Amino acid sequence: MSLLEITGLSLAIDGTPILQDVSLSINAGQIVAVTGESGSGKSMTALGVMGLLPDRTTTSGKVLLDGKDLLSLSEADMCRLRGNAIGMVFQEPMTALNPVQTIGDQVAETILIHGAMGRKDAYARAAEMLTRVGLPPDRFPLSRYPHELSGGQRQRVVIAMAIALRPRLLIADEPTTALDVTTQAQILELLRDLARDFDMGLLMITHDLAVVADMADHIVVMRLGEVVEQGPTMALLTNMQHEYTKMLFAASSHEVDLPYKSSTDVLLSVTDVRRSYVLPRTRLFGATGRFEALKGVSFDIKRGERVGLVGESGCGKSTLTRAILGLDAVQSGSITLSSAPVFAGNAPNLAVRRKMQVVFQDPFGSFNPRHKVERLITEPFHLLDVPPTGAMRQALIDETLLAVGLEPSDAQKYIHQFSGGQRQRIAIARALIIQPELIVFDEAVSALDVSVRAQILDLLAELSNKYGLTYLFISHDLSVVRTITDRVLVMQSGEIVEQGRTPEVFARPRHPYTQQLLKAAPVLPDLSHLHMMTDQKDLST
Amino acid sequence: MLRYTLKRLLSLMISLAVASVLIFFVIEVAPGDPASFMLGINAQPDTVAALRAELGLDVSKWQRYVAWVQGMLVGDFGTSYTYRTPVAQMVSDRLWVSLPLTLYALALSTFIAFPAGMYAAARRGRAGDVTVMGATQLGVAIPNFWFAMMLVLVFAINLRWFSAGGFAGWDKGLGAGVWSLTLPAIALALPQAAILARVMRSALLDVLNEDYMRTARAKGLTRAQTIWRHGLRNALIPVLTIIGLQFSFLLAGSIIIEQVFYLPGLGRLVFQAISARDLIVVESVVMLLVFAVIVVNFAVDLAYAAVDPRLRART
Repeated sequence: MSLLEITGLSLAIDGTPILQDVSLSINAGQIVAVTGESGSGKSMTALGVMGLLPDRTTTSGKVLLDGKDLLSLSEADMCRLRGNAIGMVFQEPMTALNPVQTIGDQVAETILIHGAMGRKDAYARAAEMLTRVGLPPDRFPLSRYPHELSGGQRQRVVIAMAIALRPRLLIADEPTTALDVTTQAQILELLRDLARDFDMGLLMITHDLAVVADMADHIVVMRLGEVVEQGPTMALLTNMQHEYTKMLFAASSHEVDLPYKSSTDVLLSVTDVRRSYVLPRTRLFGATGRFEALKGVSFDIKRGERVGLVGESGCGKSTLTRAILGLDAVQSGSITLSSAPVFAGNAPNLAVRRKMQVVFQDPFGSFNPRHKVERLITEPFHLLDVPPTGAMRQALIDETLLAVGLEPSDAQKYIHQFSGGQRQRIAIARALIIQPELIVFDEAVSALDVSVRAQILDLLAELSNKYGLTYLFISHDLSVVRTITDRVLVMQSGEIVEQGRTPEVFARPRHPYTQQLLKAAPVLPDLSHLHMMTDQKDLST
Repeated sequence: MLRYTLKRLLSLMISLAVASVLIFFVIEVAPGDPASFMLGINAQPDTVAALRAELGLDVSKWQRYVAWVQGMLVGDFGTSYTYRTPVAQMVSDRLWVSLPLTLYALALSTFIAFPAGMYAAARRGRAGDVTVMGATQLGVAIPNFWFAMMLVLVFAINLRWFSAGGFAGWDKGLGAGVWSLTLPAIALALPQAAILARVMRSALLDVLNEDYMRTARAKGLTRAQTIWRHGLRNALIPVLTIIGLQFSFLLAGSIIIEQVFYLPGLGRLVFQAISARDLIVVESVVMLLVFAVIVVNFAVDLAYAAVDPRLRART
């Protein structure tokens, strides 16, 4: 008998169907990955197993854990199971922990709340569990607060909390989505080890197919609340049946059509840029420390080039972006666009600013929700000496919206009327409308589903070809950088440690840090290669 | 934590110094001679001159300021012109009514507001929430003196449980003193409780949406346990801010209630002193109130740090 057996699970919130006839099963020690794009119902499936669905949810079907139907249990019985027989790990480690309680208290709470042992033993177990997840008490005392830990360390605390009572089933909902690649690799490794060591069933929910392919024994693909396809990892990857599954994998490894262009005309020139921040005093009358965010960064971007900037959180990417955009002054060094400084004296140089635009990660948060699209995309006009008016303005709006694949009639709508991908198109339109020479993309496709991401990448390639645009593409996602850029800069601790032609850097990384990054990044298996292997196996049998 | 406390303490000292300068010089800068102002327009010149000498107005302003501050530091607030008694004595007598009244009202307000706000938050959108929120709406809208009169009408005149006004005095025993402060404290507390309950509710609702509340549920805590163990302390920051503001408001703002209940408190003293142009008393009481407000803010700052470890680390 399987550990968890979901049969025909359907659920609806206020009558709106969310899940329809979902069935899957997990054995002890097995890793099952549920994947799909946003709105596929993968998180709801997990919450359904936990019995933590929103109010006003109606359910049907069966969720059997060790043969016991969880859907028929009372709330009090479910409370006894949660944290005890089923543990759960969430996506956002930065907010998943209570900021005003120590990590020791929070891990021990799981044990104490179930009355599993006395206070002293509970704290001993908490220490043991934190050690198991890589936070030994001699370096990470139980009295630490969450804000004193990094994202990856916090996720380890969340995992320690979830496994403190050695649950039979662990549910991990996008456990590494918010983490850097190297941290992601460590956390995935930890989860895999725990599942094996504790003989625990692991239900992994993730949108990242590379992670799925790498981790799971069994894959479940969901779309719009239904399971479209499932099977053992190898079998599913080599023999995809459903169109949606094929589309998902194709979009994940999407390559854009962007021929390399060589140019000698330097557009953006960054020379020996330094920026440091004052740190708070550690003692009352002690000297203030300085944190060096940029330690002498130099590089050029040539006209028409698409350059990627990769690095992990805290490496100085954001500081550099702000400096290039003239949002923040640097302490030494120079940044010029077509030989004109972006920062003139104490104020940004407007003549240069109008030649650069930026597209941010969160397409919703970067728009004023009370303005119509027409007003949103014409915002950069204030940078111009003579903003276009009347028919000319209208023509520009129409032309720009068409260029990003929207309709001129969309100009009269509000931002909430659009999907995530469309919003990012509007953000691109806003950047495009004053015909800049350089567009900076700051994690611009990171929040998008793979299929939408593929479309946006195609759009970016098309725009670059059509208008001869120069891109600076900042991303933690190496696969995206690989396809969209000609040249890549790798940044670590405020320095550019490696730069070169993208294919070369990816194929033959020279700096140890680049090697480490590429090694940590999960990659989709080469499916053609897999096919060959299975074909050979078929032949031999 | 020590660094944080020292920093707050320094800011307290600076606030006090600035406030004392402001209070002193605003009264000095006010047009006219304080002595003739206090005595009114019909005063004889020799009376004014005598008062000027008595008030020490014949030396420079800074000397007077220094003398005033030095006096206050050793508890000498000067002598009231109208009552001819030391201001310190008058103020401390009244403080023994006003301070307990304020604390009593604050305690009542907190005891009403916390459960009401928590109950409403736990039942968001349901009948219980709507009822509590409706009641707090009324509480905010109705002025406290009207509450006071209604309380007197019901509990003093009709039911005769309390006396309609006056203060029994602490020498009659703790019970009698507290008893005679009960109606005024309720009248003061109700509008404050209404505001505090609303703040508590919205702070808790914000916290309920936090990810760590879901984490707590996933650990096996019941809904009530999550609110109690993880929600409350996180919701306390905005609530503490309001409590700090309310203390100052209650201490200084009880003038009307003290009139309604005929209580010999600070509010009445200031009211009478202003009518009698007794500037020395006004100056001293204002300084005392400022002192109380600044000290309470200091206490609130320390309470923030006690509640939230991130504040201890950052500043």
